[in-house]
Amino acid sequence: MDYKNIIAKFADVPGGMIEAFHAIQDEFSYLPEEAIIEAAKVFGVPAADAYGVATFYSYFSVKSRGKNIIRICESAPCHIAGADEVVAALERELGITMGNSTADGRFALEFAQCVGQCQATPVITVNSKPYFDVTPAKVVEIIAEYK
Amino acid sequence: MAEEMRIVLRNYGKIDPLKIDDYISLGGYNALKKACATDKTALIDDIKKSNLRGRGGAGFNCGMKWSFAAMAQADQKYVVCNADEGEPGTYKDRLIMENDPQTLLEGMAICAYAIGATKGYIYCRGEYPQVVKILNTAIAQAKEKGVLGDFDIEVRMGAGAYVCGEETALIESLEGNRGEPRYKPPYPPAQGLWQKPTIVNNVETFAAIPVIVEKGGEWFASIGAPSYPGTKVLTLTGDINNRTFFEVPTNTTIREVIYKLGGGIPSGKKFKAVQIGGTSGAFIPESQLDTPIAFDAMTAIDAALGSGAVFVLDETRDLVDVTTQIAKFFEHESCGKCAPCREGTMRMFDLMEKINDGEGSAQDVALLNKLGRVMSYSCLCGLGQAAPAPVLSTIKHFPADYNAKFA
Amino acid sequence: MVNVTIDGIKVSVPNGSTILQAAKEVGIKVPTLCYHPDQAVKANCRVCVCEVEGNRLLQAACSQPVFEGMVVKTKTPKVIEARKTILELILSHHPQDCLNCIRNGNCELQDLSAEYIIRDNPFELKVRGLEKDLSTPAIFRDPDKCVLCRRCIDACTVIQSVSALGVEKRGCESMVVPTMGGNLIDSPCVMCGQCVHACPVGAIGEIEDIDKLMAAIADPDTIVVTQIAPAVRLALGEEIGMATGDLPMEVFVAGLRHLGFDYVLHTNFTADLTILEEGNELLQRLTTGGTLPMFTSCSPGWINFCETYYPDLLDNLSTCKSPQQMFGSLVKTYWADKMNIEPQKVVSVSIMPCTAKKFEAARPEMNSSGYQDVDIVLTTREIGKLFRMSGLDFSRLEPSPFDSWMGAYTGAAVIFGATGGVMEAALRTVYEVVTKKELTDVNFTFARGFEGIKEAEIDLDGTKVKVAIAHTLSNARKLMDQVRAGESPYHFIEIMACPGGCIGGGGQPITKANVKRIERIGAIYDEDASLPLRKSHDNPEVKVLYDEFLHEPLGHKSHELLHTHYHAKNKKCL
Repeated sequence: MDYKNIIAKFADVPGGMIEAFHAIQDEFSYLPEEAIIEAAKVFGVPAADAYGVATFYSYFSVKSRGKNIIRICESAPCHIAGADEVVAALERELGITMGNSTADGRFALEFAQCVGQCQATPVITVNSKPYFDVTPAKVVEIIAEYK
Repeated sequence: MAEEMRIVLRNYGKIDPLKIDDYISLGGYNALKKACATDKTALIDDIKKSNLRGRGGAGFNCGMKWSFAAMAQADQKYVVCNADEGEPGTYKDRLIMENDPQTLLEGMAICAYAIGATKGYIYCRGEYPQVVKILNTAIAQAKEKGVLGDFDIEVRMGAGAYVCGEETALIESLEGNRGEPRYKPPYPPAQGLWQKPTIVNNVETFAAIPVIVEKGGEWFASIGAPSYPGTKVLTLTGDINNRTFFEVPTNTTIREVIYKLGGGIPSGKKFKAVQIGGTSGAFIPESQLDTPIAFDAMTAIDAALGSGAVFVLDETRDLVDVTTQIAKFFEHESCGKCAPCREGTMRMFDLMEKINDGEGSAQDVALLNKLGRVMSYSCLCGLGQAAPAPVLSTIKHFPADYNAKFA
Repeated sequence: MVNVTIDGIKVSVPNGSTILQAAKEVGIKVPTLCYHPDQAVKANCRVCVCEVEGNRLLQAACSQPVFEGMVVKTKTPKVIEARKTILELILSHHPQDCLNCIRNGNCELQDLSAEYIIRDNPFELKVRGLEKDLSTPAIFRDPDKCVLCRRCIDACTVIQSVSALGVEKRGCESMVVPTMGGNLIDSPCVMCGQCVHACPVGAIGEIEDIDKLMAAIADPDTIVVTQIAPAVRLALGEEIGMATGDLPMEVFVAGLRHLGFDYVLHTNFTADLTILEEGNELLQRLTTGGTLPMFTSCSPGWINFCETYYPDLLDNLSTCKSPQQMFGSLVKTYWADKMNIEPQKVVSVSIMPCTAKKFEAARPEMNSSGYQDVDIVLTTREIGKLFRMSGLDFSRLEPSPFDSWMGAYTGAAVIFGATGGVMEAALRTVYEVVTKKELTDVNFTFARGFEGIKEAEIDLDGTKVKVAIAHTLSNARKLMDQVRAGESPYHFIEIMACPGGCIGGGGQPITKANVKRIERIGAIYDEDASLPLRKSHDNPEVKVLYDEFLHEPLGHKSHELLHTHYHAKNKKCL
């Protein structure tokens, strides 16, 4: 869907810019510059402010990134449960380092803070779907689901 | 003692969270009916009498907070549920919302009646899209049943910002802005969302309300520690046999939580430290394990109950390494608005990393101490004020871990 | 009233006062950095923290209201340690190049660092290492120096409603950036320079053209001619240790001659000329059904704003160039001819209270003399720096008159420097042109003062003309929205981009508070009242200019040299 139509759906929602950004990201996996400018117009705020919002929240990206967003929690409970090894496995498996996307545009690899699934650390999420007690071995299977 | 007591999780596992009839069949929405038949002042007095204190971390008396908003004159007031559960190691609000969403809605509706609000928001963290779905279903069902009257609730989703757990940052985010805390006063019950009187309470706080209304403030006040009565949902993580959650009366001691409910440390290892309240909590040594988890008891040992996360570390853990990771967290999550937090969290991580990498000195530890002390009383909001706690407490209680890095 | 005790001193202050205000009341200075007297409280630098009895947390004096019985301590060891540590944190993230910083000697952070005796900073120096933004000819940004007080954002957004600046990212990565994180030139920035005044440090400043001037003066083959804008003299004294308005005009001229200017002329001359052109343009529009209301066009920040935000209203703008540019096109034509100087040898310099003038002079259409009409624009601050460098003792300088031609002026030109001045000057002339009667009182006092929007209905012998005056672009915006909606009752609107008009311009001595601007306005009307001629059409040299060269207002020559056209700025981010 065109970003203008997406934003228009939230035009009457007070303070709805963040909701609109979520919807744009669902479609584009990031926030294109034109979409941020359009949102500023629709919500009646300066583009400088809309850009400030877009860059404040870690779930939003103003740069193009891979379609499937893999986030690995690096908070303390996951850290001591072996998150570092999971990071290494993800980087190895995808051939990219944290904070980057694969050349084919399929995957983006990002750090996340606690995702609230601490009963089964370490945790990763793919497009916000959590995977529990992740090990380097499990990483391969998980990625395969999205290939 | 050391028994579970389920108040906010009373319906956990007993109902289908997607069926409002299940909730109603167990007495759901009776409390709201009772509340609406009560005089508002009397209702708030009863909440005050229960001495229910905010379960989000600040521990402010809930009834008192409501009374400020009730007294405020305004054409519109708001009830906001803080479901931005961001403290690492915490998932209690998710448990409540996933398993018993109606109790949250009922608690909010009671508050709305008490303060005279017609509009509510649940600000749910962006990490919980599945919870947002459940909440929306629950709201749709409640609307269909007409149980909420003229009180309208909307769910808004955060987008990855720990600081939005701070109530004024949350309000900013709800308004569609950067989630930066405001200076206080004015406090939200006087000027909150869109500058209108607003009550912001945590999920767990709202979830306790229907039961309190039903059984009376006095009943609640008699449970657990008198100065912080009721129960607290704890989530156990780290080196603990039972990596799960418990709801316990607030006079339960940390030792009971770890050894009785938690089943102790795995693989026969020895206990080293526990961090309570989430990543902004202090690390507590063995010698203080007999402290009850209640708010003031924890404050007395320079710790905090916070969100109720219980993060246990065994004797093999390197506290400097863990604290470095925590310092990285705060550097990442500082909103950057106030100078001591923006610059201080960055320096704290730099210094911790330096020490953790074996390049630090006792001088760096002394600097961390000074920096942490200043941040704890100079920063604009609770994030910056609490961020140094893990650093300061590990320096205080576990100096050996630091000294080991200087070799 | 509320009774509080501050450092042991009891004081009674109005309800709602902050600790900062209460402390000031008893003569105690609490240090501040993000605080700005004319802006909303931010409470983000935390430098003003104080101890309040009964509270473990320190409270920001700028935001914390006092309460009955409050006991405040503003300099306990705990407070001093906190302030020092916060300053150390800020300083360790800030380049240590004070010696070659544009704000050396006039920097709030430098002052605080001295006050709090910062010596060995325990934090390692860590500078961001970002590139300077040199994209505009008027304003630069040096993001490494930014202390994130956000005062510039307030100035740009609240006072000017330009909103070219915002905060990006968060935490230690957060930065004040132009729209979409790009360069200033791609943002809606109008180059008014109010952010420069707001900045406590050297993170935003004017692009200095001092070296260009020095090179021109040093070149024996050039004739360096300067014009001085009306608002400059009043404030320039502040740069060289004098009180506002105390530098006599002819001493100023003498100082410029010492610097090596060949001819010192006055923008006031073309200010008077502007009144004749603009006044007649207004009358023409009124009588021939032209686009109304007509907007004044002297303020280049305002022109940029109109081209950026109201491109649909460009026809409302007077086609008159600003006095600076009228001067520029005449100096290389009429004046050069009269003086028998080859125009290509003339280096036309202007001394302006304005940063946007630098941009205006560089506009490609500003070359009607066949050359770039104005070659170098210096701000009041820059000329102040040159004066300080010159080592001149201004109390001992022999006064020197302006050169002729184009040095004569009236009081009407002088008041151009204050909000409402152009309107008053125009009315003095328009009244006499229309009614053919002499004004008994030239003072149109409705037009004076610091109020954001002023309005009046003027009776020109039966013809009623409704006029309005606005200063700051947020006030301009209110009038523009009215025009856009077709609801404007006015015929003529004066807009000045900066608070107080040119006296508060972006190129003036760094001014934090509006009280200073109000003081300068006072000095302007004093000068006007002291002059023998106070109506632009009485300017003898302007009369000669029309007789000899232009022949009539709005005539062929005028259109060629003194009028211009405007272009919509199609900013991607709008």
